[in-house]
Amino acid sequence: MMLLGLGTIVEGSTYRLGNLRQMGPGYFPVMLGVAMTIVGVLIAISAMQPSTDPEHDEDAIPDAPEWRGWICIVAGPVLFIVLGAYFGLLPATFACVFVSALGDRTMTLKQATLLASGITISGVIIFVYLLGVAFPILRWPS
Amino acid sequence: MIETALRDLGYGFGVALEPHNLWFCFVGVFVGNVVGVLPGMGVLATMSILLPLTFGMHPVAAILMLAGVFYGSQYGGAICSILLNLPCHPPHAVTCLDGFPMTKQGRGGVALGVTVLASFLGASFGITEMIFLAPLLVEVALKFGPAEVCSLMLLGLLAGSTLARGSPLKGVAMTLLGLTFSIVGADIETGAPRFTFGMQELFDGVEIVALALGLFGIAEFMKSVNQTAPIDLKYAKIKLRDLRPSKADLKEAALPAVRGTLIGSMCSLIPGTGPTIASFVAYATEKKISKNPESFGKGNIAGVVCPEAATHSSVQGDFIPTMSLGIPGDAVMALILGALIIQGIVPGPQLISEHPDIFWGLIASFWIGNIMLVILNVPMIGIWVKLLSIPYKYLYPSALFFVCIGVYSANNDLFQVGETVVIGVFGYLLLLLGFHPAPVLLGYVLGSRFEENFRRAMLISRGDIFTFVEPQHWISAIFIALCALLILGQIYVRFRPKSRIREAEKAVAGLPGSGFKAAEE
Repeated sequence: MMLLGLGTIVEGSTYRLGNLRQMGPGYFPVMLGVAMTIVGVLIAISAMQPSTDPEHDEDAIPDAPEWRGWICIVAGPVLFIVLGAYFGLLPATFACVFVSALGDRTMTLKQATLLASGITISGVIIFVYLLGVAFPILRWPS
Repeated sequence: MIETALRDLGYGFGVALEPHNLWFCFVGVFVGNVVGVLPGMGVLATMSILLPLTFGMHPVAAILMLAGVFYGSQYGGAICSILLNLPCHPPHAVTCLDGFPMTKQGRGGVALGVTVLASFLGASFGITEMIFLAPLLVEVALKFGPAEVCSLMLLGLLAGSTLARGSPLKGVAMTLLGLTFSIVGADIETGAPRFTFGMQELFDGVEIVALALGLFGIAEFMKSVNQTAPIDLKYAKIKLRDLRPSKADLKEAALPAVRGTLIGSMCSLIPGTGPTIASFVAYATEKKISKNPESFGKGNIAGVVCPEAATHSSVQGDFIPTMSLGIPGDAVMALILGALIIQGIVPGPQLISEHPDIFWGLIASFWIGNIMLVILNVPMIGIWVKLLSIPYKYLYPSALFFVCIGVYSANNDLFQVGETVVIGVFGYLLLLLGFHPAPVLLGYVLGSRFEENFRRAMLISRGDIFTFVEPQHWISAIFIALCALLILGQIYVRFRPKSRIREAEKAVAGLPGSGFKAAEE
């Protein structure tokens, strides 16, 4: 229920953004903002009634917070961006796959290294040589 | 009329049989089949990953390939359900109920064999339906003015968000969020930047690739990591010989297949009710009219065939509103429309006459693709079964890399990779709060056209909001009335929650590994 209240806050903040714009280009966003607020309030109301929504599926919510998996999965692409911007595709790919692979609890360091190397080699061949993506394979920050 | 349809179809085959179109169609169905088999890989994630690759391709090839992934994965998903009892792809969740018991009885091969046949029947019917129905729809739709287009879109959005699974209210909220995403960037009429927060990179709007990969790629991985059940391959030993169903099996399966096909095609005509709902309805119906309903859930062949035929016929039927009206019924269709828009093609009723190669080529490729899939699935069943044993821990890091490089290659811009990560984290938060992110994409794809037509309608009527229900716009009034009906219906359903479909859904929810269910449901 509290989670759903949070959803309303997300809705509400979008509303304020919508209201900041005036007439002309802003008309449509404001309309949306109003509609969103109404829906947000409705969700909050239905969340307050305890018995409703028996089929509410909590599929997505794991039993315990999966911090390791979450952090690794987000860190992978972030490393890809940072290393990609300064050192090129090769280290970026390796780091991205290696780090995100560690998010799985059964993954060993050896497996992760093997996987990351494999993906790096095939990825560079496919994307740079076959598809011609403009991404320097290696570079040094100047 | 039949004559013109056949001539156009012949033209379509000409387009689809061009070697490179044929090749991309094959690539599409092959990739689709692979991800369909792999547990934990969503169709939407795969299509989003392939999306940037299609930018440089010819529009026809791009659409053929993306569509191929979609219906190809439906074939693969059935293998997973029947042999492993893993409902990894939502439409095939019900297939587990009778498919896996058949596998345990050693009849898994038969179940697969009949499924392939039933799927082909369902798909063929769906395609035929599209050939004749789509041009008819277009004829009507070409007469629409901005007011009609606008209320039709409203109906499409409402149906797409409320009829999908999960709470309808949250579906609407997600659609609105998608519409908001579509606002980001320069205003279409005045060019004023909106919602860019001063960031130059956001002037062109949120990229569809970033949105789709964030919501269905990164958010999905965050959901599934460490949540996957170990896969039991005990029953999954199938030889080619086992696939051939006996005469009695065929006889038993024929009628349910036809019924499933009809149910699927009916479901596909209602926007928002995709293959998942079609398969649940089909299973419930089949159980209801069966002579011995207690045999369902214990390996009844009808319980496998009927939902599978329904799934496939509705998968093909789903393309009808998308290609003829430009209104996608679900997130997958929204992605295909997005691909069209990126290619500079305006979706809508004029698509068939302006780009006959895309429309008829697509239809012809459906048939070719389905035949390819039958060929791929029957002799190569052993390979698909081997694929099942690839653990998820190898899959998602690789997929994550494809996400990164895919988004980057769309514009050679690392900023968008960051955008994707942010959207992904946001999308996972939404999943945690019980929101299904699929309608976001729906809203996003329709957003700018909706705004444009709304403004135009307002301009024509000098700002009179009641123009949508005036007598001279009676078609628009009908759409609005349907919208109202839909909302009232949802309120009615809310206070009366028991139904047969729900029962089937409950049964599926109890299956092991249902945490796998992808976000596209």
